[in-house]
Amino acid sequence: MSVQIRIPGVLAPLTGGQTALQASGATVGEVVADLAGRFPRIAGKLRDARGEPYPYVVFYLNDDDIRFHSGFQTAVKDGDEIVVVPAIAGG
Amino acid sequence: MSPSSAARAVLPAGPALVPQTCRLCGAVSEPAPVAVCAECLGPLEPTYEKSRRLPTRQEIARRAPSLWRYREWLPLLGEPTVSLDSGFTPLVEVPVLARKLGVARAFVKNDAVSHPTLSFKDRVVATALNAAVALGVRTVGCASTGNLANAVAAQAARAGLSSWIFIPHDLELGKVVGTAVYGPNLVRVRGTYDDVNRLCAQVADRFGWGLVNINLRGYYGEGSKTMAFEIAEQLGWRLPSAVVVPMAGGSLLTKLHKGFAEFASAGLVEGPAPRLYGAQASGCAPIVDLVRRGDGVLRPVVPDTIARSIAIGNPADGRFASAAIRASGGWAQAVADPHLVEGIRTLARDAGIFTETAGGTTVAAALQLARGGHFRPDDEVVLCITGNGLKTVEALQGALPETPVIAPRLAEVAALVPSA
Repeated sequence: MSVQIRIPGVLAPLTGGQTALQASGATVGEVVADLAGRFPRIAGKLRDARGEPYPYVVFYLNDDDIRFHSGFQTAVKDGDEIVVVPAIAGG
Repeated sequence: MSPSSAARAVLPAGPALVPQTCRLCGAVSEPAPVAVCAECLGPLEPTYEKSRRLPTRQEIARRAPSLWRYREWLPLLGEPTVSLDSGFTPLVEVPVLARKLGVARAFVKNDAVSHPTLSFKDRVVATALNAAVALGVRTVGCASTGNLANAVAAQAARAGLSSWIFIPHDLELGKVVGTAVYGPNLVRVRGTYDDVNRLCAQVADRFGWGLVNINLRGYYGEGSKTMAFEIAEQLGWRLPSAVVVPMAGGSLLTKLHKGFAEFASAGLVEGPAPRLYGAQASGCAPIVDLVRRGDGVLRPVVPDTIARSIAIGNPADGRFASAAIRASGGWAQAVADPHLVEGIRTLARDAGIFTETAGGTTVAAALQLARGGHFRPDDEVVLCITGNGLKTVEALQGALPETPVIAPRLAEVAALVPSA
């Protein structure tokens, strides 16, 4: 599955300045792994040491927080959009 | 030239800002409209020069009654240029409430009469807009459950700044009108506050505006400390033994914790830090759950409560608030919607203060905490009342007794008076 993943501007230096990237995988976790494979410096900003979502970002799949679904195991389909935003915002 | 563009043309350059430091990894960032650490995405907080000269109690007492009387603990290096007169709200003693809580003294920190928009958000917006001016940002905004929208719209209008304000589409009418009247770009988003918040994180990135609780959040949050400073000063330079605080994103409680510690560190107050008690509505209580579980893992929720002003299901400072509560020896309490409505009525009858749903939550939580044995007979308890009930009159529909309607005849009044 090919999906678009949008990352926050603060991480753009780790992806050559890009904030909207294409990546592939059957789940959100696989898409993140694909992106991390191509841009290794971003890996630690998206996943923690156990391979779970890094606690200071939130992942949304088509506007839904993946914590309300199956986290990194949430399935994706072609054309989906994953948005990553810093967890520290709002209130 | 329109009035606002005229104001923009003469808007003075603001003072410089202190740098920010990451709370997680300690990396230092130069002043910028950025709220998260580039190294680890942790929250940035203003860092103050330890050697800076701090004022004495007497010097503070001689200053104007606004939050800027504590400016050495706020992130500007110099005098503020906009929003000069927010803060210094009343601290009201309520003996009836003390009896109900079973404590020696009870006080209400009454930000229901905050200037200019009747909520504690005036404090954080005052610091954020001065930061925006200092950084050369001329368009500000926010993601809001209502009170922040009011405060940004009003203070931006007065400062001559453009504003873009994003709120859930179905907020209370008073909060929508109380924002729109100031002429911002007001956008109602189909979704919850958490949806609005996520959108605004993207908006700040895309447009470069200063969204006060997104990319100006480090500066914004510091304004909340002034509530702690005022409580201490108004108690006669003493600390209360317990403070009950409503929690939405968890920032206010965290900053009260920091504020009390900063005054103690400066030698302005002595004695133990207050126990901090957090209050949420049962329909949106992720921080209360986190405090009670104690496992450090925040579980977001989809809010379902009439307490819209604190209906944040994914609270950014949830983990920090939980840690502050536990470190202080306090606790957290959730209350059902009918109880928070009763809390609004209790505060009105006992203190003559009309608060909104967040305040009702705080009062109801305090009463439940008292029943649970969390307070001591010698306690001095402060309830932080953060908003005004006139903004959320919907909450009281059906909760108040019918009002008689009579002809203008004395006999009809006499019929209503029991002893007549």
